[in-house]
Amino acid sequence: MSNDILVIAEHLGGKVADISYEMVGKAKELAAAWGGQAIAVMLGSGMAEQAGTFASDATLYVDDPALAEFNPEAYGRVVAALVEEKSPRLVMFGSTSVGMDLAAWLSVKKDMPCVAYVNDLTVEDGELVATAQIYGGKMAAQCVPQGDAAVVSVMAGAFPADAGRGSTAAEQIASPADLSDLKVRFVQMIMPEAGDVDITAEEKLVAIGRGIGSEDNIELAQELAEALGAELAASRPITDAGWLPKTRQVGKSGVTVKPKLYLMLGISGAPEHLEGMKDAELIIAINTDENAPIFDVAHYGATQDLFDVAEAMLEALE
Amino acid sequence: MNIVVAIKHVPSTADELELNDDGTNLDFDEVDFVLNEFDEHAIEQAVLVKEAAGGEVTVVGVDVIEELDGVLHTALAKGADKAAKIVGDIEPPINSHTHARWLADAIGEMGPDLVLTGVQAVDDLDGQIGPMLAAHLDMPYVGVVTGVSASNGSVTVHKEYPGGVMAEFEVSLPAVIGVQAAEKPPRYAPISKIRQMAKSAEIEEIDADEDFEYEGCELRQMAKPVSAGHAEMLEGDAEEVAEKIIALLEDRGLL
Amino acid sequence: MDAGLDKVDAIWEKEVAIVDGIDISGPWNRMFEQRVVWEYTPELIDKVAALPGAESFSWCYQCAKCVPVCPVDMVGDYGPRKLYRKAQTGVDLFTSDDLWLCTTCMNCVRVCKKVVDMVKIMPAVREQAVLDGFVPEELQKAFEDTAKYGNPLGQSQRKRAAWTKKSDVPVPIMKDLKRPVDVLWYVGSYPSYHPRGIDAALAAARIFHALGVDYGILGREEKDDGDSQRLAGETGLFEMLAEHNISMFEKYEWNLMVVTGPHEYNAFKKEYKQRFGFDRPIQHYTQFLADRLDDLKPLLKHEVPLKVTFHDPCYLGRHHGEYDAPRALLQAIPGLELIEMGRCRENGYCCGGGGGGMWLDSFTQNHTVMRLSERRVLEAAAYGAEVLAVACPFEVSRFEDAAKSTGNDQLRVLDILELLDMSMRGVSA
Repeated sequence: MSNDILVIAEHLGGKVADISYEMVGKAKELAAAWGGQAIAVMLGSGMAEQAGTFASDATLYVDDPALAEFNPEAYGRVVAALVEEKSPRLVMFGSTSVGMDLAAWLSVKKDMPCVAYVNDLTVEDGELVATAQIYGGKMAAQCVPQGDAAVVSVMAGAFPADAGRGSTAAEQIASPADLSDLKVRFVQMIMPEAGDVDITAEEKLVAIGRGIGSEDNIELAQELAEALGAELAASRPITDAGWLPKTRQVGKSGVTVKPKLYLMLGISGAPEHLEGMKDAELIIAINTDENAPIFDVAHYGATQDLFDVAEAMLEALE
Repeated sequence: MNIVVAIKHVPSTADELELNDDGTNLDFDEVDFVLNEFDEHAIEQAVLVKEAAGGEVTVVGVDVIEELDGVLHTALAKGADKAAKIVGDIEPPINSHTHARWLADAIGEMGPDLVLTGVQAVDDLDGQIGPMLAAHLDMPYVGVVTGVSASNGSVTVHKEYPGGVMAEFEVSLPAVIGVQAAEKPPRYAPISKIRQMAKSAEIEEIDADEDFEYEGCELRQMAKPVSAGHAEMLEGDAEEVAEKIIALLEDRGLL
Repeated sequence: MDAGLDKVDAIWEKEVAIVDGIDISGPWNRMFEQRVVWEYTPELIDKVAALPGAESFSWCYQCAKCVPVCPVDMVGDYGPRKLYRKAQTGVDLFTSDDLWLCTTCMNCVRVCKKVVDMVKIMPAVREQAVLDGFVPEELQKAFEDTAKYGNPLGQSQRKRAAWTKKSDVPVPIMKDLKRPVDVLWYVGSYPSYHPRGIDAALAAARIFHALGVDYGILGREEKDDGDSQRLAGETGLFEMLAEHNISMFEKYEWNLMVVTGPHEYNAFKKEYKQRFGFDRPIQHYTQFLADRLDDLKPLLKHEVPLKVTFHDPCYLGRHHGEYDAPRALLQAIPGLELIEMGRCRENGYCCGGGGGGMWLDSFTQNHTVMRLSERRVLEAAAYGAEVLAVACPFEVSRFEDAAKSTGNDQLRVLDILELLDMSMRGVSA
């Protein structure tokens, strides 16, 4: 076993995802405590330039046409081979669409313990202590992975990205695993329908969630948004139900926004949503559940009925 | 097509959660258990695939608190054909590794073409069971999937990325798919139908391999997350709250 | 249609008939053979009437007495008679939007000579529709919420007694009391969770306290009665809730149950009794308080100088014949002037909330020119009422919304409990 840390970087559309830098920054700190190296691992094709943007102690860039777009099977084979070869003490994935396909798989495949949804990592007396959110963000669990090596998947936004940005030269290698006969075949990327507003560019957003109750109530939220000069955003249940287009979804599988105003109606604040809006300048949340996690993140909150408040605001604004 | 849905009975997070005496996990006597919400989508997706391509749907889960029957009856009322539960001397918490191992043992015997499961669950502290099942069963895995359609020995799936971007994959069967959302919202099972199922349906019981123990993580402590702060609460009736919000916006030049 | 013919007694008629040497040929003859008189196909009528409980659907002889008294017909193009007629012409009630418009208010049954009982027909057909998956989305959500949380508002079961924290008088919960009580107060879902329902619950608590009633509530052990869900087609859900509630009712010792809502009154007094043999004394709160008017009157110290009209809840009035108790309470309030609307008592209008209508607002709106609640509020306003008094927890929010949407903000909607409480405490309107 080594004291090295492998950080599995992610990219989409030729752009390195911030989570990669966030993990590299943290990995450096942990590797230093262990006297090992933080090794960024980039898998792709024609991504040599982007592979040189990490502040890691070393960077491996595995170039293969089969790795051009994320493919859980191909990526899995490469990561497993690298783990075999490097015997790292820790493998870090993002708790993302990419990392969630790989971390738990690797844990079983290589018999390494796994901690998911990690938002803090420290080394205490040489031991790794991972703090993870569980039960929908309502609890924080402190875990100590047993044995020589572990896998973690890290929440986006848990660590600063800047600490991981740099210019360490990447060592380009061929795939250490056979990438033929894949059972998972990438077919195409499907981009969201254009034409809708880009909510990431809006200064003011009125965001609606499950608490809105039914599709008919969206009209009220829309009126309020218009009166405020804002656009409508939504949490996942709303776009899943087809009440608003997918382009309006904020959070993990939606977009990340940093507006000047984020007025939330009936959103309880699941971690997946918080990920996409916690850096908004002014967050006001209206939710009847006084214990909703959103009140730990919002700047201002109210537990009144959202419809009453929205109507009262509309009246006052007229 | 032989479709198996692996489900998880998990603590409900709808209510206030209470910790056990030594602060290492929930007080499971004080918490309701519900079907993992993503598994509801997995069941719906399985029934949709069956309706489109034919086949049979079996739903299987670990009977963590001996209350899984209701969940299985509901799945049957929604269109699943068979139900099975893994039983034994079981007490919560059952971690994901144990879940996955027991489920894989049971599913391996069923010879599935397609295994669907919820992409994640609220108690997945040691990882999601979908990829673990794939590792145990030596099948490919694609997760965060929002649509599955089957044709001749393979499925086409849509995997979600941030910003509404999706990737389309073709996956040879047998395979495990982690469902984020079914193509349609999960259907409602009338209680009348569920009660019919409760009277007539047979649930297969599968013994858990109680010798299996996963000790990968020491759970030192669990606590409510320390938040950096708490929102300043605006008191008063709806009109007063509305006025206060508008005043806040005016102060910041947002109106 | 051959299938239809089988069911119809063919009538034959002769063009030429000579009887006993006398030529009686002519159009007045209907007793002989030759010409077939075709009847409309009865298949879709039989399909409804074949369901247990829905037999009376086929008894309709199209007299149309039901149509002018149907509250939905007043704001739309729906009437019980029309369902039969439409079925004759090929409309399948099982998949028709008409199926969800009836509020089971019972005004049609009141005037029907043939006792075509929509209150039984509707739930029977809806149950089949629910099993077949034809359910309006918003109604399905109410079913799901009730199944999941024990109340149609989708609020946490654990918070069912949370309203009691707002009470300035103690509200004893049976589980904590650990002793028999005289009165078990079944609070109900809307009084437990809806902000305006809570207002009525708090008023009731103060009144019971002032009267010295020895009572308790079930708190977290109470679940929705499920009767409106049954009327909307979810029989299984109703049975599940009934089993739960009855086991809770039987867990404690009490002499009389008092319910806040007429739907609960119907549920426990009629349905729980008929289907589950639950047979205990039950009163609606208006009956309970009217019986104690001598004790209550001295407490009503303050004038409530308002012009008040009363909306008879369908499930207290027509369904159970109680028209006097609520009026006796209102008349006991000093200074209050009770005026009657045209549609009152036996012919009282419907708020639109019964039979599942509570959870079909948007659906119904697409089939009517205005909401039933709006029609009612216009009537109350036309009679010059300052307050529309109600005695059903479904109604406060429905009528308040309707008062706003019809521009009658001056009309206040108050539960009789709130009016009594105002008089008791001297809080001004």
